[in-house]
Amino acid sequence: MTTGTTYPHAPGFVAGDRPRIVTSRFEHADSFTLDRYLATDGYEGLKATLAKTPIEMHDDVKNATVLGRGGAGFPAGVKWGLTPQGKFPRYLVVNGDESEPGTYKDRLLMERDPHQLIEGCLIACYAAGLSQCFLYIRGEMALAQERVATALNEAYAAGYVGKNILDTDFSVDIVLHWGAGAYVVGEETALIESLEGNRGMPRLKPPFFPAAIGLYGQPTIVNNVETLSNLPWIARNGAAAYTAIGTAASPGTRMVAISGHVKRPGVYEVINGTTTFRDMIYGEDFCGGIRDDRELKAFVPGGGSAPWFLPDQLDIPFDGRTIGAAGSMAGSGAIMVMDETTDIPFAALTLCRFYAAESCGKCVPCREGGSWLEKVLTRVIDGNGTMDDLEQLYAIGESICPGDFPHASSEKLGLTAVPFPYKMTTICFVGPSAYTPVHSALTLFRDEFEARVGPARRLIPLTVAS
Amino acid sequence: MARLTESNVILAKEIIGRYPKARSATIPLLHLAQEQDGYVTDDAIRHVGELVGATPAEVLGTCTFYEMFKREPTGTYLINICQTMSCALLGADDLMHHAEQKLGIQAGQTTPDGKFTLHHAECQAACTEAPTLQVNYRYRFRVTNESFDELIDDLAAGRLDGEIPPHGTVARVRQHIPAERAVGAVPPEAVTGAPVWITNAADAEAKQ
Repeated sequence: MTTGTTYPHAPGFVAGDRPRIVTSRFEHADSFTLDRYLATDGYEGLKATLAKTPIEMHDDVKNATVLGRGGAGFPAGVKWGLTPQGKFPRYLVVNGDESEPGTYKDRLLMERDPHQLIEGCLIACYAAGLSQCFLYIRGEMALAQERVATALNEAYAAGYVGKNILDTDFSVDIVLHWGAGAYVVGEETALIESLEGNRGMPRLKPPFFPAAIGLYGQPTIVNNVETLSNLPWIARNGAAAYTAIGTAASPGTRMVAISGHVKRPGVYEVINGTTTFRDMIYGEDFCGGIRDDRELKAFVPGGGSAPWFLPDQLDIPFDGRTIGAAGSMAGSGAIMVMDETTDIPFAALTLCRFYAAESCGKCVPCREGGSWLEKVLTRVIDGNGTMDDLEQLYAIGESICPGDFPHASSEKLGLTAVPFPYKMTTICFVGPSAYTPVHSALTLFRDEFEARVGPARRLIPLTVAS
Repeated sequence: MARLTESNVILAKEIIGRYPKARSATIPLLHLAQEQDGYVTDDAIRHVGELVGATPAEVLGTCTFYEMFKREPTGTYLINICQTMSCALLGADDLMHHAEQKLGIQAGQTTPDGKFTLHHAECQAACTEAPTLQVNYRYRFRVTNESFDELIDDLAAGRLDGEIPPHGTVARVRQHIPAERAVGAVPPEAVTGAPVWITNAADAEAKQ
């Protein structure tokens, strides 16, 4: 038996008996309209913001410790403060290019509550002195684009966006921009390149992060959709109310998508920092356990880029630092669950080939390494591999991520955890992410690979029988 | 054939006007070209370059990076079946085999009548509703062999014309910024100081 409420108009979303900050309007079928938004505290956060000075509002967001929800978990208030003094114009770029395997929350937030996102953008622009906002939505999300476009048109007409917002001296344009299908563009510097009309290849950083040199060489804040969607609530209720939910290190709530072999896959808004993986995978008001009451084999805790966890790690709470110490990352809030029947090498391949295909080609270790990982792994799965191939997979990974690679601890396997992060020879995380599933699968389930290969044999015989 | 039409050029100029630099409109304009012709033609590449102030090679460079831009005629309905982990764990491979049988083509091909193009796709951000597919970027959730057949039959009979526009059109709603409400895009080099609400707030504080 599972409890919790689902709504036919919001497939995938499950409401529970928990605080809801960003999904509070999801129960309304018309949650995306301006009328419904205004009837449910809409744009009240903006009014509260405009009654404060930009510095006061910035301090509120800093005090609320809103951790970035895109993957890296960097506090938004601190990020806004990294812009160089006196350099203008500054821009806001909204990262709505959600495409991390297993992740979807930004899409729901854009489809179900676009005004909340727009209000969040306005609050960020006001507080950080950003004079234009570009809202970059993933190309494949037609409905999200339509909903945000409609909401922007409504908001412009009603005086919430544009010149002299609500008859104040605050003026900002929000421009809807849409992508055309490239995972790597979710990386913030690649997003900026794409927004400048170029191939979406990440820029070398450090030394210069977008907050210093970003869009058109100007200071640019890149924030995730979910991060910004938290701001109207904080502006209405204050930072103290926000930090009262969750833990001091990870306050507020998070949207988590749980997919794979569970009874009720869904997107849940969970309390940050305290909710454990066991709560989410087995809880009655969450997924309600593994399908057909089978055993859990492994799970991916934070999107396709995250090292895998075993049932040993079920009691870890959803908190970035704790998950990092245990050998993985909270990432984008996506849990993918594998039951005992899962073909582990094949599951690893479905992620590895994703990252191999999505490599932008800028860094050699990723461009070459990713596709070689895929080729060798495919060969093993097809039964044409050798024992040498398994070592070859590690060797390719070593060229992308030299040194110890993070993994979970396992009592059964006698493994102790190697904490996150890894060292890398690439600019961005696409390359290491192609290796992550391979490394996790091979380290935690080596027997399944060995069962697929014969003893090492030479592919070209050295002697020819006479 | 296939430079942008007069009405699309007007639209293109409106889009370009929103950005501090015209080059930023490259991707939106390529979408516009694809919406017009169903794919991005060589003439459209040149025309977009003229409009945004880039060489055809630069526009082609951008165009070929992005998976959604097709450089050759594509079926009226582009069917993308997700193959990444969550969908793969719940039968995406079998669904793809079935789709290939039903349409009589392999992934990557278009049916001889030009109606359907079938593609492998990567994660579509609907992982809890696996296996998923998109038809011209409109979702279908928890797809079974039966519901796939029904979808193809409905599309072929034109029963979904109202919901699913032909390939090329993504969003059917466009942003429109009314002139009297627009702040207007300014090239970054033309901006010298902080935005007015920042300087006003600082002035007010100084007075206190």
